[in-house]
Amino acid sequence: MKLLRKPLKMSTLEAISGYLYISPWVIGFLIFTLIPFVASFLLSFMDYAIATPPRWAGLSNFKRAFFQDSLFWHSLKLTITYVMYSVPTGIVGSLLLAVLLNQPIHGNTIFRTLFFLPTLTPVVAATLLWKWLLHPEVGLVNTLLWRYLHISGPGWLSDPNWALPSIVVISLWGSVGGGRMLIFLAALQGVPRELYEAAEIDGAGGFQKFWYVTVPMVTPAIFFNLVIGIIGSFSVFTISYVGTDGGPMYATWFYMLHLVSQALRYFNMGYASALAWILFMILLVFTYLQVRLSRHWVYYAGGV
Amino acid sequence: MTVQSKADFQLSAARARRTARIHLALRQGITYFLCLTLGLIFMAPFFWAFFSALKDPFEIFEFPPRLFPSVWRWGNFVEIWVRVPFAKWTVNTLLVCILSLIGQVSTATLVAYGFSRFRFPGREKLFLLVLSTMMLPFQVTLIPLYLMYRAINWLDTLKPLIVPNYFGGGAFYIFLIRQFLMTVPRDLDEAAKIDGAGSFRILWQVILPLIKPALLTVTIFSFMSNWNNFLGPLFFLNDPEKFTLSLGLRYFQGLPTSGEPKQHLLMAASITMTIPVLILFFFTQRYFVQGIITTGIKM
Repeated sequence: MKLLRKPLKMSTLEAISGYLYISPWVIGFLIFTLIPFVASFLLSFMDYAIATPPRWAGLSNFKRAFFQDSLFWHSLKLTITYVMYSVPTGIVGSLLLAVLLNQPIHGNTIFRTLFFLPTLTPVVAATLLWKWLLHPEVGLVNTLLWRYLHISGPGWLSDPNWALPSIVVISLWGSVGGGRMLIFLAALQGVPRELYEAAEIDGAGGFQKFWYVTVPMVTPAIFFNLVIGIIGSFSVFTISYVGTDGGPMYATWFYMLHLVSQALRYFNMGYASALAWILFMILLVFTYLQVRLSRHWVYYAGGV
Repeated sequence: MTVQSKADFQLSAARARRTARIHLALRQGITYFLCLTLGLIFMAPFFWAFFSALKDPFEIFEFPPRLFPSVWRWGNFVEIWVRVPFAKWTVNTLLVCILSLIGQVSTATLVAYGFSRFRFPGREKLFLLVLSTMMLPFQVTLIPLYLMYRAINWLDTLKPLIVPNYFGGGAFYIFLIRQFLMTVPRDLDEAAKIDGAGSFRILWQVILPLIKPALLTVTIFSFMSNWNNFLGPLFFLNDPEKFTLSLGLRYFQGLPTSGEPKQHLLMAASITMTIPVLILFFFTQRYFVQGIITTGIKM
């Protein structure tokens, strides 16, 4: 009897140890994720300005966002515009950079480090650097434009027409040579040599090899970077908060700026929670659509 | 006839080799040219900021601007420590980074060990839950967390930036260490178990030395993300004395200036804030790159 029960006891013991080891995460998940997650959902249906206790408000926060708050639509459109500019340019830029660094030249690790350095710069520092670089009168960019091309450059971050593109450029500088590029580089190194040789025998040129061999083979990496990139770009915040404070004339008033100002400036905790949930839903839909669409264009060499 | 064609063949082979060599040289030349040009463009903001940081406060606004300072004022890099509580911010940031790092590395290892070496009911589902928290945007939980810290008087302290890191350290790090643990053969644990070692001793003496690369990767990622964090400090800190460097820099930028411009100091502060990250990167480059690639591909 005793002998028969022993293995069972061992497995119970193992299970207890297992639960003990993962218990920090379980406790943390409850306190710092699950409870706030539920609370945020409930708050989005409440009026809560901290000074007075929360009051049930039904769908009024959502109605306010969709029908009364013109800044909501403005910031959402602006953020989508930002995503549409920054994600494709970021992915194409990182892929081209990876192709460049994949060439067999001496010192390509040095160049890799060089392109990586901007991504190590803390975003606040990077933004201040660029703000100075883009200074309307004495910035490097406008100085060079004037000296060599005799163009008097715009005010960049202080010009409503140029502020958004400027922020795209700053974010590209700080991301194009980073993790995304390294993932592409690893994917490129995984493309079998034979495919290129076969393409050469068929008479393919450099561009054809890139387009018909390289790109299809790295579609999984493109897909991964696309999903991560869209989620990240929708949350764009620090560059505009530090660089332009959402201006000029709300030209860089991104969704997250709207959310944070509702929370920290006006203490509209209920409304800010509703804004967070709207963004969450948008991201879920985007991610779902991408996963669905990926079946048509992502090629897994292993075969699925 | 045969001799003729053989010579022809040799000639054309030599020609083909030469064109191939020229092609290669051309290709390398273009690559070098592109790398150097792009490298210069990528580095330009650093150079510009560095030389600006060394200029005289009024020279920096001279028109047309010059690249090099007329007098190299290294003292600017000292002045930032006097003009604003830069030292305080550095201490705060280091406290947050180091204490968070300890919490994240140690608890993520424990949790990853639990998920990879023990069988218990619901293990797969719980791990899926860990992974799914990576998909949850931080905006969703931010406001309730703010209210929670407010209720327990943690606002304006560094606790909200440190304490949550002692609970598994975040899904990404658990995932990273677990992936690595899966590659460590179990034979070693079994051998230690037979020798009578408890599970914690096996972790400490057998497994930890083997997963050093993963732990280093987590260390670097953790340090950098905490060093960089802006939204957290923005929500949880109000008193300039309690600021971290990211938040302090933005505060410094917003300070009204009377008389003397402070652009040169802002540049000096930005550069100073970046240097620790660069140093860390240079010492750990190999693990860093490896970490990004493995996690990026396996996900």
